[in-house]
Amino acid sequence: MLRLSVRAADAAARRQLCQRGPRIILQHSRPYTEGNTGGSAAKIVAAGLVSLGGGIGGTVLYAKWDSKFRTTVEKNVPYSDLLFGLALGPATSLDSTPTNKQLELAQPPSLMLEEAKSSKIKAKKVKKAEVPSETAATTPASNIEEASAEASHIISAMGEVPSVPAPQDTQAPKEQCEECHQLSPPETALSSEEPSEPGDVLTAPEEPLKERPAEEVTARIAQQDQADQDTLAFVSDKLEDSLASSATATLQAIAAQEAALQAILQHTQKLKEAMETEVSAEQRSSHWKDLEDAVGARSRNVEEAGAALVQARASLDSLRAVVESAKDSRVAALRPMVLAAEENLHSMTVDLDRAVDKVQSVESEAKIVSQYSELVNEAKQQFQRELSSITPEIQANWKGLSGTLSVDDLNALIAHAHRRIDQLNREMAEQRVREQVHIEAALEQQKLEDQKALEKAVSLAVEHNLERARLEQERKQVELREVMEAEMRTQLRRQAAAHTDHLRDVLKVQEQELQAEAEEVLSSKMMEQETRYRQLTQEQLDNFTLDMNAAYARLKGMEEAIDSHVIAEEEARKAHQLWLSVEALGYTLRSSTLDSLTRPLEPAAQAIRESCQDEFAVALAAALPEESLQRGVYSEESLRARFNALRSLARRVALVDESHNSLYQYFLSYLQAALLFEERQEAPPAKISSQDLDPFKILSYASYSLEQGDLELAAKLVNQLRGEARRVVQDWLVEARLTLETKQVVSLLSAYANAVGLGTTQAP
Amino acid sequence: MADASGLKWDRCLADTAVKTVTGLGVGMAFSFLVFKRRTWPASLGAGLGFGMAYSNCQHDRRLPHLLHGHMVKDQQ
Repeated sequence: MLRLSVRAADAAARRQLCQRGPRIILQHSRPYTEGNTGGSAAKIVAAGLVSLGGGIGGTVLYAKWDSKFRTTVEKNVPYSDLLFGLALGPATSLDSTPTNKQLELAQPPSLMLEEAKSSKIKAKKVKKAEVPSETAATTPASNIEEASAEASHIISAMGEVPSVPAPQDTQAPKEQCEECHQLSPPETALSSEEPSEPGDVLTAPEEPLKERPAEEVTARIAQQDQADQDTLAFVSDKLEDSLASSATATLQAIAAQEAALQAILQHTQKLKEAMETEVSAEQRSSHWKDLEDAVGARSRNVEEAGAALVQARASLDSLRAVVESAKDSRVAALRPMVLAAEENLHSMTVDLDRAVDKVQSVESEAKIVSQYSELVNEAKQQFQRELSSITPEIQANWKGLSGTLSVDDLNALIAHAHRRIDQLNREMAEQRVREQVHIEAALEQQKLEDQKALEKAVSLAVEHNLERARLEQERKQVELREVMEAEMRTQLRRQAAAHTDHLRDVLKVQEQELQAEAEEVLSSKMMEQETRYRQLTQEQLDNFTLDMNAAYARLKGMEEAIDSHVIAEEEARKAHQLWLSVEALGYTLRSSTLDSLTRPLEPAAQAIRESCQDEFAVALAAALPEESLQRGVYSEESLRARFNALRSLARRVALVDESHNSLYQYFLSYLQAALLFEERQEAPPAKISSQDLDPFKILSYASYSLEQGDLELAAKLVNQLRGEARRVVQDWLVEARLTLETKQVVSLLSAYANAVGLGTTQAP
Repeated sequence: MADASGLKWDRCLADTAVKTVTGLGVGMAFSFLVFKRRTWPASLGAGLGFGMAYSNCQHDRRLPHLLHGHMVKDQQ
């Protein structure tokens, strides 16, 4: 009662003295003079302005440093962008990381390949749709797709290319057409555009262009060649034989003629000699013997010559016949031989004729000489007779009679001689008279004979010339033919070349066409096969996928069931663990050893964090204040003890606060503390207003609460202290708060652990 | 934190003692040297010293967040 009254009086005195009300003072920096309450509004305003300016300046500076912060502020605060623009300049744009694009582009190339493979027909469109959306990052895929696109292009284009029809100019395949162009005899129907030969050796009928099959042609040609070869061989043999025989015969004939010639000449010579020389009887007889021999020889030789001539002519005729037959055979290779044979024939004939001419001329000469010799002989015989008639005794060789002759004989001889001379003169006169006639007759005869001979010679010469001309012509013909043949060969060769070129072109075109066709067919077949194959594989895949999906679903179901069981068990274990760790934490909280008032809760919290990955628990574990983790919290007992110590101190500085904080106040408050007595512990009422709270009451209430173990209420009450007392108990308050916080978290955790533990035991 | 108050008191006392005595001493010196051994400079000095100390103490109490710095020798 006394205490109460004293306390009331003191309170009244204090009230009177101090006149305090509820103060909420923001700042601690007050001017030195005390009791300056009037400027608090201004101070507040000033303080607010200062803080605002500081805040804005700080914000601007920080925004300058951190652009993200700037954008955040600009977003949230309406006109901040203007301010920032004024202060800092326009904001730099953030670099948008195009990671998404990269991810989008980096499609697996396998996907591209699959798409390329999937449908060739649609490949083009697919590629066209996708190519613009890609970048060069997928070059391998693009290469593949390009290749496939090209392939698809080609394949699609193959069906569109119109097949160029080959020129329809071949009725039958001509494989070995070079053989067609062999120069066969003109039975083969070659084109008529070849220049016809002027010699017109090819008198082949102008057949229409009719191609024979190659085998027939070759057979024909072979046949022809064979036949030609045979005739050639045969004819050439014949020619040679006849040539040889005729040559020999001719030579023989010529030799015989020569011999005859020689014999005749010899005979003539001998005759001349015999006539002209005055020889003796023996010599004459020898002469006449020689002459007879010569005559015999001549006759023999002439016979031989005649026979040889006949033979030669026969052989020449046969040769001519052979030549004619060879000419008729029309084999080109015989021509030169024929020509040569003809020429030989001609030359032989010419020689023979010449020899015959010579012989004939010599014969005629010989005839003249013989006639002359006969005349001479006649004359001589006549003279001999006359002489014998005149001088019959002189029968012997009168040449040796010049010594033995008498004068009469001589006179008789001279008279004879004179008579002979007269006779001869008369004869001569007669002859002279008849000379003309005789001469004319002789001339006529001679003329006739000359004419005959001339005609004969002319005819012979003409024949020979004709023959030569003909031979010449033949030769020229042959040459011309050869030239023409060569020309025709070249032309034919050219035609052959043209033909081959044409054929080659046509064949090429045909080949291409056929190739295109075949490729088309092949591609169509291939596509068919591929589509079928794809269908089948797709079906297979689908079936398989279905089965797999079913199996997988079942497996998944089983796995899930197992997992859920496992999870449930895991949960239970975790809950257990959590509960254990929370219990550990709680124990740590409660216990405190002698050497350290606090124990760091870090290990326990770590244990909690490790033991369960539950979000709530982790969050709660994270919610533990740092101080408690590192340093630990004070237990209630220590706090209580400390409070008791602090209580007296708080009592002592009860009167001191920001406005009353001179040393005098300190003294006064000490005095008050010394004089004032209050209940050590007082139960706080249910409702407390701030008016009836003074430090002493607060302290007693707090004490009581602490004694009751209600740290929270104690802290709340202690929080009501103001001024220096508050500052004194500040750290205790902080510790109390920390402890309360930790306790709260721990209680939450334990509640949660209990709940989880309860939850897991039940069916989910 | 509660001990800070005690520390402050200690500082105050120490400061008071030092200042008062120093003031007294200075005053005495002054009174001895200049003011012909009058007592008033001594008391003045003492009073000045005590006043300064008092003021310091009060100031310290009022602005408890001002740190008391100590010169630390550069140790390198």
